[in-house]
Amino acid sequence: MMHLPILPILLPLLAGILLLLLRPLGLQVQRMVGFAAAFALLMLAVWLFDIALAGQRQVYALGNWPTPFGITLVFDQLAALMLLVTAVLAVGALWYAIVTEIDAQGSHFHVLFQMQLFGLNGAFLTGDAFNLFVFFEVLLLASYSLLLHGGGKQRTVAGLHYVVVNLVGSTVFLFALGALYGALGTLNIADMAAKVAALPAEREGLVMAAGLLLLLVFGLKAAMFPLYLWLPAAYARTSAPVAALFAVMTKVGVYAIIRVHGTVFGADAGNLAYFYAPWLLGLGLITLVLAALGVLAAFRLRFQVAYLVLASVAMLLIAVGLHSETGLAAALYYLVHSTLLAGGLFLLADVIVRGRGAYADRFDPGMSLPHHALLGGLFMFAAVAALGLPPLSGFFGKLWILQAALEHPWRWAVLATVLLSSALLLIALARSGSVLFYKVKDRPDAADPVLPTRIPAFGLSLVAVLWLLAAVPLLVVLAQPVAEVMQQIAAQTLDVAGYRAAVFDPAVGGK
Amino acid sequence: MEGLVALSIGVLVACGVYLVLRASTFPVVMGLTLLSYATNLFLFAMGRLAIGVPAIVRPDAAGYADPLPQALVLTAIVIAFGMTAFAIVLALKARGETGSDHVDGRTPHPNPSPSRGEGLRGSLAPPRPLRERGLGGEGESP
Repeated sequence: MMHLPILPILLPLLAGILLLLLRPLGLQVQRMVGFAAAFALLMLAVWLFDIALAGQRQVYALGNWPTPFGITLVFDQLAALMLLVTAVLAVGALWYAIVTEIDAQGSHFHVLFQMQLFGLNGAFLTGDAFNLFVFFEVLLLASYSLLLHGGGKQRTVAGLHYVVVNLVGSTVFLFALGALYGALGTLNIADMAAKVAALPAEREGLVMAAGLLLLLVFGLKAAMFPLYLWLPAAYARTSAPVAALFAVMTKVGVYAIIRVHGTVFGADAGNLAYFYAPWLLGLGLITLVLAALGVLAAFRLRFQVAYLVLASVAMLLIAVGLHSETGLAAALYYLVHSTLLAGGLFLLADVIVRGRGAYADRFDPGMSLPHHALLGGLFMFAAVAALGLPPLSGFFGKLWILQAALEHPWRWAVLATVLLSSALLLIALARSGSVLFYKVKDRPDAADPVLPTRIPAFGLSLVAVLWLLAAVPLLVVLAQPVAEVMQQIAAQTLDVAGYRAAVFDPAVGGK
Repeated sequence: MEGLVALSIGVLVACGVYLVLRASTFPVVMGLTLLSYATNLFLFAMGRLAIGVPAIVRPDAAGYADPLPQALVLTAIVIAFGMTAFAIVLALKARGETGSDHVDGRTPHPNPSPSRGEGLRGSLAPPRPLRERGLGGEGESP
């Protein structure tokens, strides 16, 4: 039990190394081991979530160095929630990659997939800002290679942009960490919170600048305006399972803002308390408008889904920017909904694209799809959930965020932007649905290439889509208990004093 | 000494940013390298500049140099080194696949004149049609 917090980091790392060694045994063995590892991670995440809900934060001192001199891992309810969402998404994405044989298009897919999970889980669990940087680099390096998986000219160019933008982001991250270390003398998040609370007035400017630099970096990962331009091309050009897994990557940025800024510049931070929140709210609103326009202007289904991811991130930034407990709880509810839905949408889009053959994902009228009624129904279901129309979970998420916004001085701006952008999304998705499923040609034109009469591995790939989309009705049926859990998580996350006490006093942390 | 270190960090960042904005893969990689040098110096300086003092607290020594930034710099160097290697390989791959050194995979102007002022020409060029701007309008082979 004592070593519990490090298990979600070790499991994918060891599985990745094992997969590397198993390569001579062939792809089938790698698939089995990779999927077994992802499934084991899911079981572990469920178990850990259960433990986290029942009890205290758990603090794990790596190498048993005393806090704040060593690196600490902090396992709390927010981290447990992120671990669970990631594991659910990973199982769906990996299943899809295996049944459609996308993993066979290049080498080391399974190794990289596990390394990606290793980086993600590490980022969720670490309690040290520099260690967060290291885990960011791990997950980014894995994501660079996963993004390029399968190859192709467009993908390479999109990958190059993604890599360069993120490398510059890493540089800014280091500048921010350096400035924070120079001003505070520590990089342990809990210790930083304590130091900021007792900060002399002449250092406030420096710490604020470093905090905003850090917000810039996390905003880049989260695709916040004006740093979102890398996202649509990167997500739309990569292979479907990778895009589905990347649905959680933007949320890592949001998570880092909640964790680092929410703790270091939390309620105890004196003059610096929540100084970042107006930035977050304002930039979130701008991102939402631009994302809605992007959804409206997209010429291709996969770009449209990528802009939908952007819209969901913008909603999260707005909800976190409200800096209230209700806002954070609503953000967490919306985070679970939007991450799993975005993953499901990317996979569904890929199934549709494979059915459209040479028409691919362009919004041009094509021939009738195989299984058009089922796919059209699923698309409509996912679109309704993404828009936030009743009765699906997007509606409850948006409603909750708007309810939290009513207590904020900017309520009219938030209400107007969210409702207007939802209307734009409605127009855009209604149009794409009608082009894809209603405006079909009766006869193929002479110039049309031969179209697929069936979608390969249709049933098996649909399993992954349904696995991820199942979160939508579940979040509706279980809305009451889920909302209570989210409020509990939000309350624990905002309890900075409790976080500090847990990290510094092992007796409180229950080590 | 502080002024000199600050100045060199500033110059390195300025050169790095300029090179990264050159939109051609080789200068971009060079720019990233310069930026990472700047961060390394910056991190190192954040432990306060001290000369001739041990990195371990000793009762008989007058002071000590903060060892943590040095550890951070080592980590940052290793990561930046790996990332630069990756970026170079990716740039080579992009050059091979797209036949262009430009980061967009194609040169914006088919017949660039060899004169100076490339950035200026870029800004004066007519805007690309909307369909090409990353909304998914490009002709992509399926």
